[in-house]
Amino acid sequence: EFRRFSLERSKPGKFEEFYGLLQHVHKIPNVDVLVGYTDIHGDLLPINNDDNYHKAVSTANPLLRIFIQRKEDADYSAFGTDTMTRKKNVLSNVLRPDNHKKKPHIVISMPQDFRPVSSIIDVDILPETHRRVRLYKYGTDKPLGFYIRDGSSVRVTPHGLEKVPGIFISRLVPGGLAQSTGLLAVNDEVLEVNGIEVSGKSLDQVTDMMIANSRNLIITVRPANQRNNVVRNSRTSGSSGQSTESSLPSSTPNILGNLLQGEEESDEEDIIIEDSGEPQQIPKAAPTSESVESLSQIELLHESTQNGFLPSSEMNSNHSAGSVSMEYEAPEPERKSLEEDGTIITL
Amino acid sequence: MRRFLRPGHDPVRERLKRDLFQFNKTVEHGFPHQPSALGYSPFLRLMAIGTRSGAIKLYGAPGVEFMGLHEENNTVMQIHFIPDQCQLVTLLDDNSLHLWSLKQHGGASELLEEHRFTLKGPPGSPPSATQVTAVLPHSSREVLYLGTESGNIFVVELPSFRVLEDRTITPEAVLQRIPEDNCNRRSCELVEALREHPKNPDQILIGYSRGLIVLWDLQNNKATHHFLGSQQLENLYWQRDGSKFISCHYDGSYTQWPVSNDNRQPEPLENTVPYGPFPCKAISKIYWQTTKNGLPYIIFQGGMPRASYGDRHSISVIHGSQQTAFDFTSRVIDFFIIFSSDPAAEFDDPSALVVLAEEELVVIDLKSAGWPAVHPPYLASLHCSAITCSHHVSNIPLKLWERIISAGSKQNIHYSSMPWPIDGGTNIAPDPPQRDLLLTGHEDGTVRFWDASGVCLHLLYKLSTVRVFLTDADPNDNMNTLGEDEWPPLRKVGTFDPYSDDPRLGIQKIYLCKYSGYLAVAGTAGQVLVMELNDEDAEHVVDHAEADLLQDQEGYRWKGHEKLKTRDGPVRFEAGFQPFVLVQCQPPAVVTSLALHSEWKLVAFGTSHGFGLFDHQQKRLVFVKCTLHPSDQLALEGPLSRVKSLKKSLRQSFRRIRRSRVSSRKRRGGSGNASEVQEVNAKFDQDALQEMELAPVQRKIEARSAEDSFTGFVRTLYFADTFLRDSSRHCPSLWAGTNGGTVYAFCLRVPPAERRMDEPVRAEQAKEIQLMHRAPVVGILVLDGRSTPLPEPLEVAHDLSKSPDMQGSHQLLVVSEEQFKVFTLPKVSSKLKLKLTALEGCRVRKVTVANFGSCKTDDYSENDLAVLTNLGDIQIISLPFLKLQIRYPCIRKEDVSGIASCVFTKYGQGFYLISPSEFERFSLSTKWLVEPRCIVDMPEVTSNNHVHNNSGTENAARKS
Repeated sequence: EFRRFSLERSKPGKFEEFYGLLQHVHKIPNVDVLVGYTDIHGDLLPINNDDNYHKAVSTANPLLRIFIQRKEDADYSAFGTDTMTRKKNVLSNVLRPDNHKKKPHIVISMPQDFRPVSSIIDVDILPETHRRVRLYKYGTDKPLGFYIRDGSSVRVTPHGLEKVPGIFISRLVPGGLAQSTGLLAVNDEVLEVNGIEVSGKSLDQVTDMMIANSRNLIITVRPANQRNNVVRNSRTSGSSGQSTESSLPSSTPNILGNLLQGEEESDEEDIIIEDSGEPQQIPKAAPTSESVESLSQIELLHESTQNGFLPSSEMNSNHSAGSVSMEYEAPEPERKSLEEDGTIITL
Repeated sequence: MRRFLRPGHDPVRERLKRDLFQFNKTVEHGFPHQPSALGYSPFLRLMAIGTRSGAIKLYGAPGVEFMGLHEENNTVMQIHFIPDQCQLVTLLDDNSLHLWSLKQHGGASELLEEHRFTLKGPPGSPPSATQVTAVLPHSSREVLYLGTESGNIFVVELPSFRVLEDRTITPEAVLQRIPEDNCNRRSCELVEALREHPKNPDQILIGYSRGLIVLWDLQNNKATHHFLGSQQLENLYWQRDGSKFISCHYDGSYTQWPVSNDNRQPEPLENTVPYGPFPCKAISKIYWQTTKNGLPYIIFQGGMPRASYGDRHSISVIHGSQQTAFDFTSRVIDFFIIFSSDPAAEFDDPSALVVLAEEELVVIDLKSAGWPAVHPPYLASLHCSAITCSHHVSNIPLKLWERIISAGSKQNIHYSSMPWPIDGGTNIAPDPPQRDLLLTGHEDGTVRFWDASGVCLHLLYKLSTVRVFLTDADPNDNMNTLGEDEWPPLRKVGTFDPYSDDPRLGIQKIYLCKYSGYLAVAGTAGQVLVMELNDEDAEHVVDHAEADLLQDQEGYRWKGHEKLKTRDGPVRFEAGFQPFVLVQCQPPAVVTSLALHSEWKLVAFGTSHGFGLFDHQQKRLVFVKCTLHPSDQLALEGPLSRVKSLKKSLRQSFRRIRRSRVSSRKRRGGSGNASEVQEVNAKFDQDALQEMELAPVQRKIEARSAEDSFTGFVRTLYFADTFLRDSSRHCPSLWAGTNGGTVYAFCLRVPPAERRMDEPVRAEQAKEIQLMHRAPVVGILVLDGRSTPLPEPLEVAHDLSKSPDMQGSHQLLVVSEEQFKVFTLPKVSSKLKLKLTALEGCRVRKVTVANFGSCKTDDYSENDLAVLTNLGDIQIISLPFLKLQIRYPCIRKEDVSGIASCVFTKYGQGFYLISPSEFERFSLSTKWLVEPRCIVDMPEVTSNNHVHNNSGTENAARKS
């Protein structure tokens, strides 16, 4: 079935409203659907939150092609980069799945159906040789399960190559969170912990920082094995893996703000038991006028958990197509506006 | 950092910060670690102590202190003051000589290094040719005579250190006029001692190691007298009139020699082995002091019978029939005698013997009968028993101060009343602004009260808790109880006694209420004592209670030490702090936190198992709370005690070593065997080191969980009168914080004063806060409606503090090792926080509220948090908004014991141990600064009449 309708480009509204509109237009209330669109590169991309919805609307020129599938019989593999330009027309797959008589795909749910355990984030702003990994300790019983050690690494400096001390992952505990993600490996060099550079810090200091951030740990590493690096699509030259990183510190300032956001939400639910009653989470005190005057800190709060989100390794391993790069591009302008919106003054 | 600086870079605040905060390390208190050399200037009346780490410290009158540090950090071997000058020369173990001067600058004197010099021999000569063994600063102040291992005596000009080669005294020149059969070239190996003639500056006495002594005429460059000693020489000393000198020897003998013009090769007058006839140890240094009554003082170091007393560190004083061998508990580094320095005086008339032992300074009054010790005003041996904790109390009320001093003076009756004999220089520092007490707890169960107001840390009073308990060691067992006719006549002196017989007695926590005079002290075996100051001796029974912190928890077995046994019946206590209540925790684990509320008469204590509250008025246990996690087996069994027992066994083995320590042989001329052993040892050490390097250090990254060990360990206890239940009624409360990030709050009901004895104190748990980051809670504080920390108990009653604001809403500050958090009260909601570890990787080790006054305006002061991190940095964090103000590096992060020992004062100063025996004092405040400021003036000198200045402290250090 095809429907055509118009939206006001400048005021697309919220995803929830749009979703409701689709259901209404198709007269399919109470049916769970997957919504996708084709972007300018011909990729079939999902629309499942405000961000990618806005992105989709902004890319329409002037037509935005939207595909709707019933959730039960959706073909998840259809989504992703390059999907629309593959030899087999994905569109036909989507539209007439019975034509496609190969062995049935393993059905994998959408990312939001999983509880996140780890993610690669900030791919757009990091050098290709680096990987920023977020481990979601919160909500899992698995131990973080890794060890770090002192070591030395070679850096490119204006004076040539220089050997500098560094911190490295020395061991992964089998069955631990770190190992199960597949994103960290022995001998990866740790460059940052939750946005703070570790250079110049002792092993014990870095240990303390990691443990203090253990409920929402974001580690930036330079993987020992550079072959598995994320390959960026068309916009980058694709020379990843060989590209030599030159200025590590320069990337730090603009990402610090992003990194600080996440922690605020996840690790602060201290618990209070009053008069031997039930444990409750301690609420935040409403800022009083008095304390606003004395405002000292501006903290960026509440980054959407979806943003810059990547499915866990289970997803990864099922996508055997090695050439397929997995991340959704986090569009630059969108992110900025989000930051501004998300700037909440707290004390 | 970044996020604080971004919005809040306020120039007004920045300026104010400069007026409030400033970091200075001001003075080192206590006894220098590993002293290695001693010097004294009778002219300046200053004493100098050198250490193995290359520090040199000068002391004069109380408050007169100077410190210098050699860049090389090498051991200071010898110190010599230049006669009649504000200058001194040091010899280091790298054979370098350093000239230091006291110069006046900005109204105060400073110690500065002016020159350094290393003697160089002709090319190709062995290093021994120029290895300096003896130094003689000549009274002309122009030259230095340097005796060497090769037997050559070099002459260098001062202050330029230019070698006057034509004046070198070679062994060949010395041997010219000696008959061949008595001496050969080897007789002149190694110059042991150089002494200038007391009356004739043109003559110097040269003593060679093998026993040959030569009187050398500097004018004619020839030897005038030869003295052929048969024994290996240790040292020389002139009699005041220059008619005789005395030599002391390796075999424990000393010999008197006459010096006259008619006999060029005299025979000894007298040869004595004072502790013979059995083989004796060397006498390494000797003084011969004349007196008006004719009987000389002979004072020497060593000489004890080898077999039975060879391990004693002694200095003997012989005066007529009186003879005493002062017995020191640690090695004697060096000593000197203070005697009449007036050159016109006919006799020496010694007044005091000053002994630098490895662990303490002992001064003996030679004028008073019985030769009592003099109580030193500085250089206190902080570590006479190892320091286990410290507690600082600022601004002591005069009344309490006087009572403590009076209690202390009753303990010091055996000290001499002689004024301190080393009294050079003038203290020009302003009087200390207030009376401060530093209390140190020690391993042997004592608490020492130090006057920490000024530059001189001075012992006021010593409190022992041992009497309350039955211990293996009988308190009456005294090493001094030797019979009258005991030989040798040993007398133990000094206070250094690091061997505690029962480590359970160790003091772990101290709390003193300066208003009421109540003192609570808690120790290693779970004992908590509450004491009261009593000006009289008293005999009474100590009330005894037990606090079972495990309560109904079952199936646990404590494998640590047993609790201390108490003494039944009344116990006699001397005037001072007398215990009236003893609470013993069960299991008897070390007390980890302590709080006392003198107004409510409550004491709270915590261990690794839980905490309890005791009413010391009614002498009743109010409640106990077990904080253990059921799975925490380690805490239950008491691994801490296992650590302790290891320490104990170490101590015992040290004791054995000490007992069996055979006399240390002279190092010089060591046999090849010994050096081989050393080499093998060194190689072994190296191998072990390499092995360690092969296994890389790694750290486990794991989130804290409730199941971790020692989560129940109570880290902090705090009493507060605040709004715990509702915002209309405030009530007394007790707060406790644990290692696992839990905060417990108990609401207390304390009966009013008139019914205080009739109704019981009641407690009820009101709140329990679990910090999700689970870091140990190290501080709890309630801020009043004006965001000011609540005052101490009785502070308001004594009109020393404004009463807290009970109208506005109170706030609770919880400091964990990782974060600072402010919560509202009575409804707990989180208000603001500051993360430390997550951002900087450091953790809070110590935290205190400190009051900082502005150096510009008298009426401005503010309260901030002074924080010491595990990296040794000090941070100041503002209250109540938790903004980082400033950060100073203070202690090396490797110095774990230094960081652990740090204690802050209420006015932005602090102390930490830089060695077992020394506190470094630092100040964070611009206003409160205690540092030495003193001046040394050149006394009037008549240039013709040179002072007899052979304080002669060379050699002893090298030999012993």
